[in-house]
Amino acid sequence: MLRNNRDSFGLISILFHWVIALIFLGQIPLGYWMTRTSDFTLQFSLYQWHKSFGFLVLGLSALRLVWKFANTRPGDPATMGPLERVAAHGAHIVLYLSLFLIPLTGWAIASSSPLQIPTFMFNLVVIPPLPLAVSDSAEAFWTASHAYLAYFSAFVAVGHILAALHHHFWKRDAILVRMLNPHHKDRQQTLTQEVKS
Amino acid sequence: MKTTTRLLTTVTRIGIAVSLAFVPLVAKADTLSQVAGSYKIQPSSRIGFSVGQVGGGGITGDFKKFSGVFKLNPSNIGQSSINFTLYPESVSTGQARIENFLRSDAVFDSANFPTITFRSTQITQTSPNTAEVAGMLTARGKTSPASFQASLADHSKNSITFHVEGKIMRSRYGMDVGTPIYSNVVQFDMQIEGQRS
Repeated sequence: MLRNNRDSFGLISILFHWVIALIFLGQIPLGYWMTRTSDFTLQFSLYQWHKSFGFLVLGLSALRLVWKFANTRPGDPATMGPLERVAAHGAHIVLYLSLFLIPLTGWAIASSSPLQIPTFMFNLVVIPPLPLAVSDSAEAFWTASHAYLAYFSAFVAVGHILAALHHHFWKRDAILVRMLNPHHKDRQQTLTQEVKS
Repeated sequence: MKTTTRLLTTVTRIGIAVSLAFVPLVAKADTLSQVAGSYKIQPSSRIGFSVGQVGGGGITGDFKKFSGVFKLNPSNIGQSSINFTLYPESVSTGQARIENFLRSDAVFDSANFPTITFRSTQITQTSPNTAEVAGMLTARGKTSPASFQASLADHSKNSITFHVEGKIMRSRYGMDVGTPIYSNVVQFDMQIEGQRS
């Protein structure tokens, strides 16, 4: 139930996926909003929330990666062609990389900015700056990297979501269900048995 | 003969040295009664401040524009007083983005509240050359008690310099944006130079 098996994701993997996905997707409109508001008080708070959630994504993603390597990965459905598999796994790799590179470039912005605003994650933990050059141009470089990576990953995430919906509604396989319900296989079997009896 | 001359020279030198050593004391005793009067605060004064931040360091800066007058009554310190006006628009930190933030309605709101004023209500001598200056500080339309510690740094016939320190809780003036990342306490470190008026 907690661990993955060959057919399904366990509860831990499922929680990692959805909690990180929710924060990750929330960070995009938050980042968009905070850079465009003209209310300085609100802007300061929004930046701190964005930084705190970014470090949360980074921390959770590191744990998730450890968990991923300590677990088997449920196999692809036999109906998937080689191109579909390459596209699916390619998207997963890009999204995994994004979960690290985007928070890291965000951390680089906070570290290289001449404003030198401390990062006080959820007003609980002080995160030290990365040892980077501090200048307006360094800050601009990391800001651009962070933004392009974010928009690119959002594009890939949309593809990932559409693919999951395609599997669920068109191909009617268990790809989406196994990321929602750690018991899905057992349940399907139970349902099949109930129908038979 | 030579030795006598030498001895006399030495005695004279010692005499001069001893007399000189007493000069400051005599001068001070003379001028302390002479410092009584009204003074105008000179633009050469320095109004420095600092706000600490989590993890060490903080924001330091000063205000370039200010004005004020004070009255000194050394024989009865309680009769002394000070009125001081600060123009927050003139805040200087060496970082334009921080200055714009401080001037904005997030902090000083200098467009709507162009001055910060301090009026002493009670000056109490705390040692031969120090005093506690209590008064009312008005900023952003809010008035709250504040006190500063003044120490005599230098004085001559027509001018006098005090080193003044004090801590202000910015939350009392609706300026607590950024806490707890930035301390609620603003530390003032000022050099107040008065010219007899």
